Amino acid sequence: MTGHVFHPGHHELHGVTVVVDAGARTFVGRFDRVEEGMVQLLNVAVHDATATPREEFLRKSHTFGVRVDLKHLALPESEVRSLVPLSELTT
Amino acid sequence: MPYSEMMVKPMREEVTRLGVQELKSAPDVDAALGNESGTALVFVNSVCGCAAGTARPGLALALKHSILPQKLYTVFAGQDIESTQRARSYFGEYQPSSPSIALMRDGEVLHFVHRHMIEGRSPEQIAADLVAAFDKYCAVAV
Repeated sequence: MTGHVFHPGHHELHGVTVVVDAGARTFVGRFDRVEEGMVQLLNVAVHDATATPREEFLRKSHTFGVRVDLKHLALPESEVRSLVPLSELTT
Repeated sequence: MPYSEMMVKPMREEVTRLGVQELKSAPDVDAALGNESGTALVFVNSVCGCAAGTARPGLALALKHSILPQKLYTVFAGQDIESTQRARSYFGEYQPSSPSIALMRDGEVLHFVHRHMIEGRSPEQIAADLVAAFDKYCAVAV
């Protein structure tokens, strides 16, 4: 069972927790797939810019985990400025 | 929806054969973690091979270390729903993710390895993280 993946043929980021910079909004969630120009994320935390600075949101997500605001998010690829694994961020 | 038990059994055994006690009900969890004193590790197992496929061997490597938590427990996310939810209730402000690993002392989480800290890492890297936490939190002063 070690290393066994139940969903072969997946995108290289499938299952990886990513940070998506979409301009005014930032999302942290598990990348699922890209389908018909839409980036599909699961179990997504949404940064509320009026509540906390973005860096604080990312630091908390990294330290305490992803607080799920949305079970699913479909975001147009054209809105995505950057998409990086959460684990690669130095916060 | 849980996977068939037949498919999950090897994943359970990959952890329990290390001497990790499986907690399959909420009362099991309360008996293990309620009023807990000393150090305990809770491994939240998962079917997803993206991360759990390296988390389990990472745990196995870490448990070869000379300094270990006093108690070793596991729950299976997505399979043993009740016990997993109850275990997570002991993790305080740490958000649910699976697989994940909590290192606790006297009922308080001291170190938490989230799923995103496992993704893309080798078993050796995961083990190194755990071993560093064991050295920091589980060594007994003499």
